[in-house]
Amino acid sequence: MIKCEHIFKSFDGRTVLDDISVEFETGKTNLIIGRSGSGKTVLLKTLVGLHTPDSGDIYYDDTCFSSLDFTERKTVRRDIGMIFQGGALLDSSTVIENVKLPLDLFTDQSEAEKRERVDFCLKRVRLDGADNLYPSELSGGMIKRVAIARAIVMNPKYLFCDEPNSGLDPQTSVVIDNLIHDITREYDITTIINTHDMNSVMEIGEKIVYIHEGHKWWEGTKDDILQADNRELNDFVFASAMAKRARGAEMREDRTR
Amino acid sequence: MKIFELIGRYFLLMGKVFSRPEKISIYRRRVIYEMEALGMNSIGLTAIISVFIGAAITLQMSISLESPFIPQYLIGYATRETMTLEFSSTVVALILAGKVGSNIASEIGTMRITEQIDALEIMGINSASYLILPKIIATVLFFPFLTLLSIMIGSIGGYAIAVLTGIMIPNDYIEGLLFDFRVYSVVYSLIKIAVFAFIITSISAFCGYYAKGNSLEVGKASTRAVVVSSVVIMIFNLILTQLLLT
Repeated sequence: MIKCEHIFKSFDGRTVLDDISVEFETGKTNLIIGRSGSGKTVLLKTLVGLHTPDSGDIYYDDTCFSSLDFTERKTVRRDIGMIFQGGALLDSSTVIENVKLPLDLFTDQSEAEKRERVDFCLKRVRLDGADNLYPSELSGGMIKRVAIARAIVMNPKYLFCDEPNSGLDPQTSVVIDNLIHDITREYDITTIINTHDMNSVMEIGEKIVYIHEGHKWWEGTKDDILQADNRELNDFVFASAMAKRARGAEMREDRTR
Repeated sequence: MKIFELIGRYFLLMGKVFSRPEKISIYRRRVIYEMEALGMNSIGLTAIISVFIGAAITLQMSISLESPFIPQYLIGYATRETMTLEFSSTVVALILAGKVGSNIASEIGTMRITEQIDALEIMGINSASYLILPKIIATVLFFPFLTLLSIMIGSIGGYAIAVLTGIMIPNDYIEGLLFDFRVYSVVYSLIKIAVFAFIITSISAFCGYYAKGNSLEVGKASTRAVVVSSVVIMIFNLILTQLLLT
């Protein structure tokens, strides 16, 4: 479980996060949604400690993450996996080296054991034959798969994804979404995904938090979202054709009943 | 006020860089990689510039010292002293600030804006130490070899011009190279280049590490790295000369 309480964050006097309190549940794909510039990336980066909140607390299970010092945070961070928007793979390292890096630095495993774990993770994300390629030689979808493999290689308890399917075609997006969802279930991870893709919301969203202009505007499940009585949220949700279709189908169902 | 803030940030970064590494064996591998990337790849440039500068100094000296009262071997002597005391440490450092410094700043700056540094931090890796420490160790260890190489190749350049143009008797040139040879001059030069290597690498890494925004900012960080490193090198050149030679 990850919980944040009364988080405030501003940059150069401009408030970006305004009193955000929310609890993200274990074993579920928790989604933070909102328009571009709403503050969801800042919230995600604040949760992982890349930004320090002006005030408020962040809890990883029973540990108050925001009160830990640099060294103590490093220990918690070994339980965190993160998938960045652009993948953030190290350009000078091959696929294998990228995935193996945390194992090299934080475990005493033999080369064979590490290789076995890396192969397992790459197979899990269904990436074959790319072991010795560099990030510049990979497609967008492959980069995301390597990033997922790297994020899960240390068996994390918490997984953060910043717009994992941005820049991908719809089919690959669904594959990546399902992969993250399956991994969350399989390993009982607390997963937080930052997205503005309504397809993801309808496919894998189990708990959804809507952020609007730095405020937590709404939270609920994907079933609740279509019935939500909230103008800003409705504007956001029904801008997507898929959500419109889902709402249409629901209304037709209601009429038949 | 901003200058003090920047100096403070620089020392804070260096504090992170020199904190205990996660695993020594990984750092050892990275040092070797950086030696090749930053050191070995600079051999060609250093050699080319040194041979021509050595030749040019010999030519200029032969013109300036053209007198029946001045022995010709002094041309070789003057070339060696110029190469050893100033060119092969200070001028080579300025050249390397342009080549290696901009390389480091743009590499680390790109890693910053593409979130690669954030990714390292999230993994629990001390990104400053992981990225910068191997570069500092590699350059501090390798640049002195470039200085030795530069002294040798510069002297060869002087000899070659003496042979090719006939401006002086080559044996006189060699006699001048060996005349009043003091090992301390070479040691002084090596100490200087080691300090300059640290300056170039740490300042360039600092500029890249705190780059923000987009590729334009990375370009600016790269330029800033070269300018600041060059100025600091010149200041430390004076300080070290005062400390070590007077």
